Amino acid sequence: MNAIEIKNLVKTYKGGVKALKGVDLCVAQGDFFALLGANGAGKTTLIGILTGLVNKTGGQVKIFGNDIDVDFEGAKKSIGVVPQEFNFHMFERVQDIVVNQAGYFGIDDSIAVRDSEGILKRVGLWEKRRAIARTLSGGMKRRLMIARGLIHHPRMLILDEPTAGVDVELRHGMWEYLRHINAQGTTILLTTHYLEEVEQMCRNCAIIKEGEIVLLDNVRHLLTRMPQDTYRVTLKERISLEKAQAFNAVKVDDHTLDIEIKKREELNEVILRLAQSGFVITDFHPKGNRLEKLFLEIVSK
Amino acid sequence: MKREYYIALKTILRKETTRILRIWTQTLLPPLITQTLYFVIFGKFIGSQVRSINGIGYMAFIVPGLVMMAVISSAYGNVVASFYGAKFQRNIEEILVSPTPDWVVITGYVLGGIVRGVLVGVLVFAVSLCFAHPMVTHAWAVVLFTLLSSILFSLAALINGIFARNFDEVAFFQNFILTPLIYLGGVFYSIHSLPKVWQEISLYNPLVYMVNGFRYGFFGFSDVDPGVCLLILLGLTVVLTCINLFLFKKGIGLKN
Repeated sequence: MNAIEIKNLVKTYKGGVKALKGVDLCVAQGDFFALLGANGAGKTTLIGILTGLVNKTGGQVKIFGNDIDVDFEGAKKSIGVVPQEFNFHMFERVQDIVVNQAGYFGIDDSIAVRDSEGILKRVGLWEKRRAIARTLSGGMKRRLMIARGLIHHPRMLILDEPTAGVDVELRHGMWEYLRHINAQGTTILLTTHYLEEVEQMCRNCAIIKEGEIVLLDNVRHLLTRMPQDTYRVTLKERISLEKAQAFNAVKVDDHTLDIEIKKREELNEVILRLAQSGFVITDFHPKGNRLEKLFLEIVSK
Repeated sequence: MKREYYIALKTILRKETTRILRIWTQTLLPPLITQTLYFVIFGKFIGSQVRSINGIGYMAFIVPGLVMMAVISSAYGNVVASFYGAKFQRNIEEILVSPTPDWVVITGYVLGGIVRGVLVGVLVFAVSLCFAHPMVTHAWAVVLFTLLSSILFSLAALINGIFARNFDEVAFFQNFILTPLIYLGGVFYSIHSLPKVWQEISLYNPLVYMVNGFRYGFFGFSDVDPGVCLLILLGLTVVLTCINLFLFKKGIGLKN
């Protein structure tokens, strides 16, 4: 049984805007799946339909085998949601927000209070449990949303751009936590603009463009489709334009080159050639995000 | 009722009750002060110059009307403010993404309206005892009409909250529909004292049936037969419940 099975999903908003034009998509149980797309591509609409915040126009959606047209209640029990925008009551206390959410899922207070302690400790909010939500920092609010989404131990967590506007340290902390719950068996569906996030964490991904899935692939496999990578090389010595061109490189400044290396070429071959030409390499790293390049290529077609 | 539904209902009710008590200066105090002013101005100052109605002093006569007015306004105000607030802040999504059935959500918000309506009603009645000593002839009618009126106006408020797209639309119904209905609903007078045509027009005002059913509970008489009041209020409750269930099912005003 798949975590998500979508067949020919259509959503047309009032006024005729077609947000989804017959989407077919399957997400396996236990997967860490990314849904990518430009703004307005249909990601949030798709998530809205899965979570009951948007009515679909047509098609079929099954969540862990539960058809949402037949048993949406059963389907919703398996889902935890972390939306893009803060949507908790700003004047409620942190622990109350989490415990109340458990209540909506039919979990007894005593269990909800006990579980909320564990989950708030895990996301580093236990000390703030009595704080009014409004007084939390942006990062803390984001973590509160994750704690709220997980309080009923869902089989699948859906996150809509969870790291938007989050600082680097917190983002890495969140990645670690999401990896941890995924390793424990929770399926994760993620939308994000940070393609580095996808490359680092996700196993499979889909790219949605103008309401249609234009690519569905394994992330590792996808990266191998890139014909070449660009590396930024910093040299101790100055390098002339002629020399740079000889290495099929773009000169960034007197000490820096961007070298395009084809997949079949060996990295150490390039390094060796530079060394033989008398250059000392002080830094060598991939330039930019590989997936980002591919993403831009696909969405700009 | 399934245990999960009961827990979800209890959660909504607890959240609503906590809200009412947390902001008591906005939820409980204002109607208490307003109704006290009505007792002082209409009952004490002006009422002393008004003849008794069916042998009941004017001050005592307006007590049921003023209590009912407070109950209705509070139940309505609670549900519309809380529900639209949840929509505005988008925390209604906490409930919409959960497996809580629509009827549990509706019942939860209506119970919240009843809690505030009854609390304010009891407080206003307690204050009225400082000015008059209205008898309670049929306690069952007092309780029944209090509950029915709270339910009915909570359901109406929920519809208002569902359709409202901004705070102006929340205030619109309260200012331009609810308030005139209350003042023209026989709170301060017997509709028999109106010209014939106005008596007939008044019968289209649901407030007339609430105030009169409630007044029957106090004095044992009313302008409209209490059985008719009960039937009309029950009928309206069924209609508004169906409208709410339909709106939730279709997601009108709630989902895209």
